[in-house]
Amino acid sequence: MNRTYYGKLIFELSKPGRVGYSLPKNEYEGYSLADLGATLSRQTKTILPECDELTVVRHYTNMSNNNFGVDTGFYPLGSCTMKYNPKLNEELCQLPGFNLHPMTPAKYAQGSLKLYDEVQRTLAEIAGLSRFTLNPYAGAHGELTGLMVIRQYHMSRGDMARTKIIVPDSAHGTNPASAAVCGLQIVEVKSLADGTVDVEALKPLLGPDIAGMMMTNPNTLGLFERQIPEIARLVHECGGLMYYDGANLNPMLGVCRPGDMGFDVMHINLHKTFSTPHGGGGPGSGPVGVRKGLEQFLPNPQVITKAPNALKDSNNPLSPTAYDLHCDDESLGYISFFLGNFGIIIRAYAYLLSLGKENIPMAGKLSVLNANYIKESLRSHYLLPIDTVCKHEFVFDGLREEYGGDHHSPDHVTTLDVAKRLLDYGFHAPTIYFPLLFHEALMIEPTETESKDTLDDFIAVMKRIAEEAKADPQLLKTAPHDTPVRRMDDVKAVKEPKFTYKML
Amino acid sequence: MPTNVTSPSLQGRAGSGSSFKYFPHTADDIQQMLDVIGVRSLDDLYAEIPEEIKLHRELNLPSEKSEEEVRCIIQQLAAQNKPLVCFAGAGSYDHYTPSVVPFLASRSEFSTSYTPYQAEISQGTLQYIFEYQTLMADLTGMDISNASMYDGSTATAEAMMMMVAAAKKRNRVLITKTIQPAVLAVVRTYAKFHGVDLVEVDEKDGTMDKDVARQLIEKDDVAGLIVCQPNRYGIVEDLTGLADLCHEHKALMAVNTMASALAVLKTPGEWRADIACGDAQSLGIPMGYGGPYIGYLCTKEALVRKMPGRLVGATTDADGRRTFVLTMQAREQHIRREKATSNICTAQGFMCLYVAAYLSLMGPKGMQEVNELSYASAHYLHDALLKTGKFEEVFKGPFLNEFTLRVKGDAKVLREALAEKGYLLGVPTLFMPGCLTIASTERRNRQEIDNMVELIKEMAL
Amino acid sequence: MAKVIEGLYYAESHEYVRVEGEFGYIGITDYAQDQLGNVVYVDMPEVDDEVTAGEEFGAVESVKAASDLFSPVSGTVVEVNEALEDEPELINKDAFENWIIKVQLSDKSELDKLMDAKAYEAICK
Repeated sequence: MNRTYYGKLIFELSKPGRVGYSLPKNEYEGYSLADLGATLSRQTKTILPECDELTVVRHYTNMSNNNFGVDTGFYPLGSCTMKYNPKLNEELCQLPGFNLHPMTPAKYAQGSLKLYDEVQRTLAEIAGLSRFTLNPYAGAHGELTGLMVIRQYHMSRGDMARTKIIVPDSAHGTNPASAAVCGLQIVEVKSLADGTVDVEALKPLLGPDIAGMMMTNPNTLGLFERQIPEIARLVHECGGLMYYDGANLNPMLGVCRPGDMGFDVMHINLHKTFSTPHGGGGPGSGPVGVRKGLEQFLPNPQVITKAPNALKDSNNPLSPTAYDLHCDDESLGYISFFLGNFGIIIRAYAYLLSLGKENIPMAGKLSVLNANYIKESLRSHYLLPIDTVCKHEFVFDGLREEYGGDHHSPDHVTTLDVAKRLLDYGFHAPTIYFPLLFHEALMIEPTETESKDTLDDFIAVMKRIAEEAKADPQLLKTAPHDTPVRRMDDVKAVKEPKFTYKML
Repeated sequence: MPTNVTSPSLQGRAGSGSSFKYFPHTADDIQQMLDVIGVRSLDDLYAEIPEEIKLHRELNLPSEKSEEEVRCIIQQLAAQNKPLVCFAGAGSYDHYTPSVVPFLASRSEFSTSYTPYQAEISQGTLQYIFEYQTLMADLTGMDISNASMYDGSTATAEAMMMMVAAAKKRNRVLITKTIQPAVLAVVRTYAKFHGVDLVEVDEKDGTMDKDVARQLIEKDDVAGLIVCQPNRYGIVEDLTGLADLCHEHKALMAVNTMASALAVLKTPGEWRADIACGDAQSLGIPMGYGGPYIGYLCTKEALVRKMPGRLVGATTDADGRRTFVLTMQAREQHIRREKATSNICTAQGFMCLYVAAYLSLMGPKGMQEVNELSYASAHYLHDALLKTGKFEEVFKGPFLNEFTLRVKGDAKVLREALAEKGYLLGVPTLFMPGCLTIASTERRNRQEIDNMVELIKEMAL
Repeated sequence: MAKVIEGLYYAESHEYVRVEGEFGYIGITDYAQDQLGNVVYVDMPEVDDEVTAGEEFGAVESVKAASDLFSPVSGTVVEVNEALEDEPELINKDAFENWIIKVQLSDKSELDKLMDAKAYEAICK
């Protein structure tokens, strides 16, 4: 990353008369946009910039130099699974053969449809479920779709009373938000001191108005919910379905499948678990899987395979159509323009093929190894509220008192200070102030693609920061010092909001 | 079966560590790390999981593959597709992508970064989103834009939920039946589950029946009206008077527009709409079998707190420099939980870079030219098809680059026969048997059109 | 130490009511504003809206948090503090001076269920 701040906007590089494109000559005579008339035509000028090609290339290249990514450094970012994004995947998703119009008849899109089906089958085996839709665009979209499946299932049975969903109080904010968009009321179930679900507190909540329960396992503290078979049994007994938030699926790969834990519906974030790039906030992909018996409720369109005989010939492009699009009457409806972020699905397929059955479980195990290694190496300097083997991530409750001062004192060195100081050392910050169970939460998730060497560097820096907190707290309070820009005035950004160049 | 691996290294890989290109762990590394943790094996890290729910077998999946094997498999799949010369639209348009756009988008400093919460090391991402917000707000003629929605259909569904949230006590939203069917289908789903009373306004002569809309709005129980531009037949609708009518009755108006057209058609802002929404795929994003695209949602400043999705704002850093930061986060799901305006978090952020780079290259002149060329080629095609005698007009409305004709004969046979010859002629028009909705862009040249028209002339229908 | 004023009625959710005749002025306590930090926005109901004891009537936003407002009493909103629209930070300056809504009380007996200054001070410790 370049420490010199670039900071210009494209609008400041514009000069009237410059162009950065070339288009063919107009070969048609007698047609003019002006014929649309003033009523239907734009009257106001645009502020689109006027730039030549090199100006545009330099502008965005310089901008990229102020950006941190997995390719530039380590992200110990809890719950985000920022693993390496393989370059082969990037190459293959750009093959010209995949650039089809979405309404291309299935006969001419057999390769893409087959790829979609292969990915959904692979995910179903990994999840221990029956069938996946790859149409949802992101994790939250998957959650919403999954909850729609649950509601559609109840409605299909004529059971309209199930309008409530149970969500642990430690859940990520997206869970209740998705439930609300889906028209479900949220019932919170309390957590025990270690962040796992309190089964005794769950029991009285169950009844004929419960549509289901949302959980992630391991939970947001990186702990496996050992009571999961009992929880699933109780929820099923009351007629509800179990929803698995796949945000924390990575450590479970090949070891323990959500379907086997008792979940009925789940989503997976391909941009977490299956290595597709996060892209600074999307495009992601949030496939949703269901247990046998719920497949028909998945969103339309669905990719189906035709007769088994036809399938055999699917490698022959001239064979009769083996894969087709299908719209099911029992489906919850459409949730996307077409089949979701198809380009992301191609990337995930390349990753799944590369890893195979041998390495998919290894990814999970090495991520757990990495997380526990950091936890054990840093507990001397950071407060470890829950002392047990974690899964892919864990939470520190800030610096230990001897380094950061008393948490109750207003001038103690906070988790935010530690996070900002990490940026100076070339690491991304961990997830901070989540989960809400601890005041100074510092949530760390290294993924399996990080080496012991990188982890050792990170551990050394975290210890050094603890020492700095003791010797020179002000150094941390004013961090970062060595990044392209310094701490931001967040209050100004809200109180004097400027969302566009025109507002500056 | 490698279920209970007890050695630190894995079954069949003793002494060689993980030996896979994406895993850096050597056997020594693994042993040293296990020692620090104080467990004997990787499987001991899973000791607390009840045995009865563990998977005591291998995954039933193929074995790992080399790079060349993976390349070969996926290339073969790509080869089983047959891209057709595209005269279809219906929400996805085959526009030209300047080579600079995918080149810049391949910079992994952008693509491999996380959501820019750590603003000090994310100015690149934040800056291009700020540029995107500026460009979309300007194209739509609105005050502000968010940092993207999933696609045009979910953006329209979010606009519907925004209307209900802003109206507080009204739960009815009107939507024109002339909107793209794919958009309407998604909006219906969201309405059904979110509990919105969605009323579909009938059409007349290929455009929304304004009288029906007026009668409904005058009942004073409507939160908002969603109209579109151009519509599902390609017709550019005259929206005169609708916004004022909505505002008189305390309803909001949203316009769904294909983004490229915003450069030349009367903007949602000029129609005095409150919300602009749609898909920005037409701004140089490849058709890619439906995604990734990018939905846009723009609105007036007064509605900012009802707007879903992330927002980037300008501020200053500790040294007083102009910088960019995610702002107004208290509206969002991670803080507001079930009270948030939407559940959206990760959207299509990276596609903002596509849009910003594309519009920076095209500029005002390029956008005018792209639309001029698309208009001319679509009108040329329209007239040429009519001249074959095998098509007839359905509606008279003005169009930009997409139009609907009725085939005199079997439209399905015609479309399939042309596909065999390598052409994708339009999409079947929903609820209009025998009709095709056909599009053209600046990427189609006159020779392609003439060749296809010749084929049609020779066909028996 | 957060300020607590004698003579007001307090709710566990950190709102207060100052009663003047048939009317109650509702706001958030000094303790609540201190916990929230810089207030940047107050989402208020409209005049003539009904509020119900224990139910939400709006929200207070700081930069990175948002907190729902629960009405300690039932009644009809007769006035909202419009000054907060432009200067929400007034709540940080003096939370008791800068009330949020003025309500015509529909059931004064509800006041009995609220805490006095002494009881409220105890829960803020």
